[in-house]
Amino acid sequence: MNNQSNPRRPFVRPLPTSWWLKEKRYVRYMTREATCLFIGLYALILLVGIFRLSQGADAFDAYLVALWSPASLILSVFIFQMAVIHSMSWFNLTPKAMPLWIGDKQAPGWIIVGAHYGGWFVVSVMVFFWLGGLM
Amino acid sequence: MARSNKPIVWGLFAAGGTVTAFLVPVLVLTLSLGAPLGLIPAENLSYDRIYPLVAHPLGRLIVFGFIMLSLWHAAHRTRTTVHDLGVNNDQATMVVCYGIAGAGTVLAAVFLLLL
Repeated sequence: MNNQSNPRRPFVRPLPTSWWLKEKRYVRYMTREATCLFIGLYALILLVGIFRLSQGADAFDAYLVALWSPASLILSVFIFQMAVIHSMSWFNLTPKAMPLWIGDKQAPGWIIVGAHYGGWFVVSVMVFFWLGGLM
Repeated sequence: MARSNKPIVWGLFAAGGTVTAFLVPVLVLTLSLGAPLGLIPAENLSYDRIYPLVAHPLGRLIVFGFIMLSLWHAAHRTRTTVHDLGVNNDQATMVVCYGIAGAGTVLAAVFLLLL
């Protein structure tokens, strides 16, 4: 809602769009939030994949050729980096998002974070070998 | 008192964040980078191998859930981040973000049913 169109004219604190460039931790925060754009983009790339899969073998082959083209590879490397930043920042926050109580004591954060990193590693190895047809 | 839809919105966001945190890096590595890097033979990702995996009822369900949760996660986080950037027009942001996520989810269902 902008100020001019509202007859009540409530006070809107001015906020420069670049506020997050002022401090390192703000940049880290914004980077973490921005990873979601690449998570969404990757979902759309998969969406195109299943569309092409539904069109038959030739269409899916063309999709793979495009997916593995040099320009797409550069994008994929970037998506991969953003996805790893998303995973790490997400797992690092798990003790805050879901604290684990054992009896009346709170489990130390590193156990929860460590368990997620361990699970992430196991899931990644399994998916890579299974989906990649290497086992 | 009016019931808040916040737990559902946040629950889906958190589920999406968790699923994507576990799976997106390895999916990109396997499907997008594996063959060009020579880690995976290209024929392992061919139509003949991938089609039965995705077309299996369980495969369709997993792919649908993954795309739906990814898009919802991205939409919700984009919405809150746009707000953080000082844009005070949440209605329009919601329409755009959730609109794209909703359309993508519907398309995913359609494509998977057409397989």
